[in-house]
Amino acid sequence: MEQPVISLRGATASLGSRPVLRGVDLTVRRGEVVALLGANGSGKSTAVCSIVGQVPLTGGELELFGTPRRRFRQWSRVGYVPQRTTAAGGVPATVREVVSAGRLARTKLGPSRRADREAVHKALELVGMADRAKDSVDALSGGQHQRVLIARALAVEPELLIMDEPMAGVDLASQEVLASALREEVARGATVLLVLHELGPLEPLIDRAVVLRDGCVVHDGPPPKAVGQHALPGHDHVHPHADPAAEPIRTGLLS
Amino acid sequence: MDILELAFMQRALLAALLVGVTAPAIGIYLVQRRQALMGDGIGHVALTGVGLGFLLNTSPVWVATAVCVVGAVVMELIRSYGKARGDIALAMLFYGGMAGGVMLMALSPNGSNANLTTYLFGSITTVSEQDIVAICLLAAFVIVTTVGLRRQLFAICQDEEFARVTGLPVRLLNLLVAVTAAVTVTVAMRVVGLLLVSALMVIPVAASQQITRSFATTFAMAVAIGVLVTLSGTVTSYYVDVPSGATIVLLAIGVFIALTLLAAPLARKRADKAALAERCTLEDAAAPGAPGTADDVRV
Ligand SMILES: Nc1ncnc2c1ncn2[C@@H]1O[C@H](COP(=O)(O)OP(=O)(O)O)[C@@H](O)[C@H]1O
Ligand SMILES: [Mg+2]
Repeated sequence: MEQPVISLRGATASLGSRPVLRGVDLTVRRGEVVALLGANGSGKSTAVCSIVGQVPLTGGELELFGTPRRRFRQWSRVGYVPQRTTAAGGVPATVREVVSAGRLARTKLGPSRRADREAVHKALELVGMADRAKDSVDALSGGQHQRVLIARALAVEPELLIMDEPMAGVDLASQEVLASALREEVARGATVLLVLHELGPLEPLIDRAVVLRDGCVVHDGPPPKAVGQHALPGHDHVHPHADPAAEPIRTGLLS
Repeated sequence: MDILELAFMQRALLAALLVGVTAPAIGIYLVQRRQALMGDGIGHVALTGVGLGFLLNTSPVWVATAVCVVGAVVMELIRSYGKARGDIALAMLFYGGMAGGVMLMALSPNGSNANLTTYLFGSITTVSEQDIVAICLLAAFVIVTTVGLRRQLFAICQDEEFARVTGLPVRLLNLLVAVTAAVTVTVAMRVVGLLLVSALMVIPVAASQQITRSFATTFAMAVAIGVLVTLSGTVTSYYVDVPSGATIVLLAIGVFIALTLLAAPLARKRADKAALAERCTLEDAAAPGAPGTADDVRV
């Protein structure tokens, strides 16, 4: 059988002295769309960060495209959307400038060519932001920021898309745009790992859901139907790290 | 103009020009990363290098460059690894650097308080032939780095986490930013002085971004403002006999205030237009980014 695109086995990781992942198994095969679900603080972002190499694993194994993570160098195959509420930095930047950063996965230290500019334009069109290309990202709404961050990942023209809460703080119109952009990527054959709070408009795209609770996988299979109602109330998804102590720990999705 | 015929003024103006270009060129990345005061820290550390240069009786510029580079690399390592105690460690480095410089200067045979003052606050008309060669070489390095790698440096300063997932050598590029900032400090130290170096890295950028929307325009305009204030400040300090560093920094603040005042009505106009565009999207009219907005402004 073909190598899985992501293969995480028995992964453990700690932040500070706190064990956050406690033996996570996660396999994503080529062409699959997998949703990673769970309450705030259950370790979803940490799992995703460890997959893209931002958080070191303290145990377990990780392979990307069949290559052990430590030896993996083909970052142009991966598009990453970090968990963010803004695309802005300390200096003004246009939508196009931010999205162009995605092409560095292909150009690295080399110059930007016409194909790179075309890929950026295509990514902007996919998320419906082509007409805002010259606007400052400071002038965008939350949903538009998220669209820019997704366009930046799409500009890589990746085989694997990893998105951490791309729908957080996103208005309904933007959610629809993102869902259709994602649909096109999936039709193109992309593999997708998505961190979500609720399936929402993406539900028809999702092949499989993996649910985390307290750093452990408690469900791996068809997307749970009731997830929207359970995950929704009383959570500030926009600032999920703000105050973990205030988070009720037992808001597991399947409990 | 007769001041262009004076050799020391030629050197002064060349040094001023190079500082006007390089300080905002690296400063913009520091501001983007919200590390605007890093230049100030390096300036403090540089004083140890100057003191060492006097003590060893070698060119303070090169020794200061070496010490700054080491200091900046340490600062970068503290930034990327250090967590809770990072700011304490930085404070040690800054004040240690400053105190060390004063101490070394006092110990060296030809170091005096007058010398100390020229390095702290700049003394552009005393730039020597040797200094100018060093300044040219160092400035060339800064310009090549900040312009040649602008896309990569933009990416790591905008979103370091994302940049790492593109496979860029982020750690190396971060060190390069630190080294370039250190080099810029020594380029600028004779012109504006170590205590005011950071002002020239930050204020032109802050002034520029009052009225710009893109990184590229902000960069170009910050450099233009930098050159404008360093050259006019140098000329002013020649005619009026006031310290060059202070003149340049005050002029920069003047530009900042002027652009801030200019920006308020501009922002209102833009907001009105955006509101209009927002309202019209249903009817598919009035595309934003129409011509005539401030991003077309060039100095
Ligand atoms: N820097 C940190 N140091 C220590 N603990 C952290 C840190 N960041 C996050 N955590 C904790 O790790 C747990 C998992 O966080 P995260 O993976 O971000 O959860 P999720 O994305 O599912 O909301 C949370 O309980 C959070 O409080
Ligand atoms: Mg998260």
